[in-house]
Amino acid sequence: MIKKEMIAMLLAGGQGSRLGVLTSGLAKPAVPFGGKYRIIDFALSNCINSGVDTVGVLTQYQPLRLNTHIGIGIPWDLDRNVGGVSILPPYEKSTNTEWYTGTANAIYQNLRYMEYYNPDYVMILGGDHIYKMDYEVVLDYHKAHNADITLATIPVPIEEASRFGIVITDDDGRIVDFEEKPKQPRSNLASMGIYIFSWKVLKDALIALSEQPGCDFGKHIIPYCHKNGQRIFAYEFNGYWKDVGTLSSYWESNMELIDIVPEFNLYEEFWKIYTKTDIIPPQYIAPGAVVETAIISEGAEIYGEVYKSVIGPGVVIGKGTVVRDSIIMRDTVIGDNCYVEKAIIAESCGIGNNVQIGIGNEEPNKWKPDIYAGGLVTIGEATIIPDNVKIGKNTALSGATMPEDYNGGELPSGENIIKAGGIQ
Amino acid sequence: MRAVGIILAGGNSAKMRELSNKRAIAAMPIGGSYRAIDFVLSNMSNSHVQKVAVLTQYNSRSLNEHLSSSKWWDFGRKQGGLYVFTPTITPENGFWYQGTADAIAQNLSFLKNSHEPYVVIAHGDCVYKMDYNKVLEYHIAKRADITVVTKVMPEDEDVSRFGTVKVDSDNRIIDMEEKPLVSKSNRVSAGIYIIRRRQLIELLETLQEEDRHDFVQDVLIRYKDVKHIYAYDMDSYWTNISTVEAYFNANKDFLKKSVHDYFFKEYPDIYSKIDDNPPAKYNPGARVSNSLISSGCIVNGTVEDSVIFKKVYIGNNCTIKNSIILNDVHIGDNTYIENCIVESRDTIKPNSTYIGENGEVKVVVVKGERYSIG
Repeated sequence: MIKKEMIAMLLAGGQGSRLGVLTSGLAKPAVPFGGKYRIIDFALSNCINSGVDTVGVLTQYQPLRLNTHIGIGIPWDLDRNVGGVSILPPYEKSTNTEWYTGTANAIYQNLRYMEYYNPDYVMILGGDHIYKMDYEVVLDYHKAHNADITLATIPVPIEEASRFGIVITDDDGRIVDFEEKPKQPRSNLASMGIYIFSWKVLKDALIALSEQPGCDFGKHIIPYCHKNGQRIFAYEFNGYWKDVGTLSSYWESNMELIDIVPEFNLYEEFWKIYTKTDIIPPQYIAPGAVVETAIISEGAEIYGEVYKSVIGPGVVIGKGTVVRDSIIMRDTVIGDNCYVEKAIIAESCGIGNNVQIGIGNEEPNKWKPDIYAGGLVTIGEATIIPDNVKIGKNTALSGATMPEDYNGGELPSGENIIKAGGIQ
Repeated sequence: MRAVGIILAGGNSAKMRELSNKRAIAAMPIGGSYRAIDFVLSNMSNSHVQKVAVLTQYNSRSLNEHLSSSKWWDFGRKQGGLYVFTPTITPENGFWYQGTADAIAQNLSFLKNSHEPYVVIAHGDCVYKMDYNKVLEYHIAKRADITVVTKVMPEDEDVSRFGTVKVDSDNRIIDMEEKPLVSKSNRVSAGIYIIRRRQLIELLETLQEEDRHDFVQDVLIRYKDVKHIYAYDMDSYWTNISTVEAYFNANKDFLKKSVHDYFFKEYPDIYSKIDDNPPAKYNPGARVSNSLISSGCIVNGTVEDSVIFKKVYIGNNCTIKNSIILNDVHIGDNTYIENCIVESRDTIKPNSTYIGENGEVKVVVVKGERYSIG
């Protein structure tokens, strides 16, 4: 008989459009983080480290990179005879065919997957946060409080609380009220988008709200259960938790890894983070190279100078090139005598020689000023940048750019070049 | 490939000095992220040899740990896969493996139960890339009984630790000597052989009756005039690591661009066990030049012309020059290390100095108290 006490459903279908060109060809959970990892690795590693060995990964937006990354789950020991990791894309049905229209709708469409494992509890997770959490402790809390639903929450500074979904609890931890992005927050406990449901409660709610368009956990399922008097508890998490939803927060949390003793420490033996490792050779630091305050992944070759940066596997940084405060993702090659400052350069890019990136004064981005901000240069996957060009701040580039795309050899601050091409 | 593989990984050598106290040579870490046996295993896998036996004997714990899962080399298969044979006592035999041929003979059922017509035999202590299919094509074209892969060494190289061979104009081996005092040839055996499976079974059974145990002495040298034994010349990188100096130099070779491009970047890849280390971290004060740094390292000091293996911690104000630091070493602050091989899991106290002098490589083995990191 098949029986799993708790299974996890990992929502990984979102685009993460606020990451701009970084997610034009892949879903947000597949975006590289911290050099060798991808964002989804943190949730998957938390699952296996917590003893959750059955994980359904719901994909929708640009799933290819996620599919190849997860495979049969070998890096996370999620290749199991029973359970393990399953990728769950939307599928055609005899009566109707629809995309996943909301977080809860996606879970509803996979009722049979959950049913198969005969669980007592189902955990709902997002695939787009950086944190280490023992889900078993949350489950113990859930059981101890005889809860129907447990929400993981995190205390946030009260002045920032209006950006979050806030929960108000009684002394026992039971949630008495919810406020979505309140102007005057009554509490500083923010919902982390992590839920444990007793299986029957989840199943009944999903079926009851199956006709709800765009059915969403935060907007529909939780309020519905709350209205019906179900016991909803808040588990308070006090660790590092970072939403990397914007380019600025993505850049910042990568940079935090470089601190001498980082708040989010990848070097602890306890609670390892696992990822698919297909580039294994050591990195080579050439004569004359300088590497200071940086993390550098397997197989990288550094001939130039790297300061305060996160370098992915297989990256090559040419002679005379200076890279500062930047994130360079796997297999990107930067030529000789370049200068790169405050840039996020995605995977497999080719940057020519004598290129200057991130120079000049800050100007607001002309296309999407709220996305490309913070003085960052964002370069999408497989972008080609020709020799001898200059690129300003708050800019976005993607595709195979040519010298003629740069007016007078320069892309001024706030401008963009989005082209087709490269290998997507 | 129409062959099964046999990897000889039981060996030990006094010339490895203290390094062999801990492990068989085939388990020696090499090139920062690998172990010696990864090269032959990857070659087998990349040549599509589906079924491979690894024969271990000497100090095999470290090696067995490395081979605990065969999935890293793509041998996690229902059909074929990886077999590890350590000597066992049976009603017929109570001895350890008494030689390379005896090791195979004691596991003859592996050969008898296979159906592939050929066998590739290779040592686990060499660093090279090779498509064994090319050797097999040659073996068939030459109608050879046995093909021995050979490598022509530079004239000035001391080949006295190898088996040397002399060939005729057709590349048939006419003379072979094991570890010659004065070598007559600079063509050395690379320790890679191809032979028909039935032929090998027959030879091994004869050897057992005659109480002979060594593949080189009792098969290759003894049968050289009776059987057609051919040499297949390889011209790509090949080195054997079974002395401290050779091991040191092989690691240093990886600092050359041509060598690390050949092994790290060119198709096909070399695979190894994955151990989920974070990327290497360079703190303020790190000064690294012409060195390989592996995953999980934390560098606070100076590293020059060295190979640093996985999970090494280098303290503040340290200087590491022309050295090999094996896995999981913790080096305390203000330490100076030059011309050394530092054994894995060592804990080096702050303010230490270790220097290999007069061109000698010093092997450093220190078992200190481990401080917690960070």
